[in-house]
Order: sequence, then C-alpha cells, then structure tokens
Amino acid sequence: MPAMDMTNPAAFPADWRDFLALTKPRVMSLVVFSGLAGLLAAPEMPPLVLGFTAILCIALGAGACGALNQWYEADIDAKMRRTAKRPLPDGRMDRQAALHFGVGLGFFSVLLMGLATNWLAAALLAVSILFYVLIYTVWLKPRTPQNIVIGGAAGAFPPLIGWVAATGHVATLPVLLFAIVFLWTPPHFWALSLFVRSDYAAAGIPMLPVVAGIENTRRQIFYYSLPMAAAAVAPWPLGLAGAIYGVCAAILSFVFVALAARVLTNRAAEPAGMGPEKHLFAFSVFYLFALFTVLVADRWLA
Amino acid sequence: MTKPEEEVVRRQRERAKIMAWLLGAFVVLLFFITMAKTGMNW
Repeated sequence: MPAMDMTNPAAFPADWRDFLALTKPRVMSLVVFSGLAGLLAAPEMPPLVLGFTAILCIALGAGACGALNQWYEADIDAKMRRTAKRPLPDGRMDRQAALHFGVGLGFFSVLLMGLATNWLAAALLAVSILFYVLIYTVWLKPRTPQNIVIGGAAGAFPPLIGWVAATGHVATLPVLLFAIVFLWTPPHFWALSLFVRSDYAAAGIPMLPVVAGIENTRRQIFYYSLPMAAAAVAPWPLGLAGAIYGVCAAILSFVFVALAARVLTNRAAEPAGMGPEKHLFAFSVFYLFALFTVLVADRWLA
Repeated sequence: MTKPEEEVVRRQRERAKIMAWLLGAFVVLLFFITMAKTGMNW
C-alpha cells in the first residue's frame, strides 16, 4: 500500500461534515420547502411515508446538484471570498470523492423516487438534476449573463415534482408554481450579484452586473418582478386558489415590486450604498416561503 | 500511532458510524414504503 501523504489534508478521508457541506444545506432547505408546498397543494395526498420519501428524494437530488456544482466549480470557488472556504477549494476533500458522492446521490434519489412514488416524478427529478448540472453549471454559467434566467428553471422544478409525486400527472397550478420560481430567480440572484459583483468579476463569471453594468441589472430586476407578480397572483383569478392566497399573494407581490422599484431608483455603485438591493434579496427569500405557505394554508383551510 | 494516523482512524470511524445509521434508516424506510405500496395499512 502506498504511504499516505500526511501533509496534504485532501489525502485524509474527508470528514462527514464536509460531505454535508457539499450538499449546500441552506439551498436545500428552500428546495425542500417548495417541493413540500407542491406536494401539499396537490388535490390528493399520498400515504405519509411516500410523501416523506418524495421530499427526501427532492432533497437528495438538490444535494447531488450542490455536490456536482462544487465539484465542477472548485477552481472558481477558490477565487471568491464567499466560497473559498468550501471543502474543495479549501483542500479538505479530494475532487473525485465529491464527484462520486454527487453522481451516487443523484442516481439514488431518482431511483428511490421512481420506486416509491411514480416514474414521471422520477423523470422530472432526473431532468432537473441534469438541467442544473449540465445546462446551468457547465454550459450557461461561465458563458452568458443570462445564465441565471435559464438556470432558474432547475430551481423551479421542486414544486412541480412534489405535485407530480402526489398525483402522478402535471396540472396548471404546479406549472404556475414553476413559473413563479422561474421568474423569481433572476431578481433574487441579481440583487445578490449587485452587492457581491467584485467576487464574480474576480472569478470571471459573466454575471449581469459584471457584463451589462449596474443600471442595466437594476432595470432587469424590476422588469422580471412584474411578470413574477402576475404569475404569483394568477392562481386566484384562474380559480386554482382561494381568496386567502389571492389577497396575500397580491400584498406580498406588491411589496416585492415596490422593493424592486427602490432598487431601480438607487444610484449607488458601491456595496455600502446598496441597502435597497440587500433588502430586496432578504425579502425575496421570505417572499417565496410566505407565498408557498399561504398556498398550502389556502388549500387546507378552504 | 502518530497524530495524523489517529486522525485518519477517527474520521474512518465517524464515517462508518454514519453509514451504518443511514443504511439502517434506509432499510426501515424501504420496509414502510413496501407496506404503503402494497396497501397494508396498520
């Protein structure tokens, strides 16, 4: 057996906490929540254990995406302050271990989803993982400032998968939920990328503020928030959700658009003056949580 | 054992324990999935 290089931390077997960090648990929590909302908003409920398994599979699929994303972007992560302490750029883990972990987790999540719920949900989960890894991470992210727009589709799958896991078919409401997350993603990420744009510029990622400028990004944030608000309120007039959801969605979306308008009128060029951008970013996370909570509450209280 | 070797063994033990728990949980999950899929409610 060859002698182990004890001076290189990556030569050690990685700590289990680093495998957990590879799955991006904070991102996973939002994915799990939106998947759960899709499942609970469905008109029929699967047995508890199958519903739990569906959400577990969505979480594992999101974890696979996080791991494969970090495997592919280890060199880029090393150049950004925000990501330099992740297990791979920090040298705490071997790259191949991350690749094997991500691929294994991805296969396992799809297989378990198919066996426990239905193969349409499993196929959607597989498409979302492949879309995130191949279309977003490998293809679009390093090439185009519109990376977030198309890549947002990957993050929009969970409510659709949750619904399909429960019902076995696609319907109008989960497609609208997909559209809401899809249209929410650009304002959410561009608000963040405005106040950390020096990080993206240093890493050579063509995020919109780096390529098209700050003012252009602020305009695009506002423009995207309008169809997002329309998609968020749409289930009410379409008769797919009740008044509880409709009124709350209208209020939440109004606040979102108002915050996006404040971003539009902000003239600061340095992160210190980007209060409106930081407020919008923080509110955008709350917005999605609140919107989906109200949707489920409306479905169960009605 | 030297300190780095001790660290390697500690990590291997921790990982083995976690894998054992996860495998156990998976077996229990498969049991309940089978119950639910076969319609055996109790």
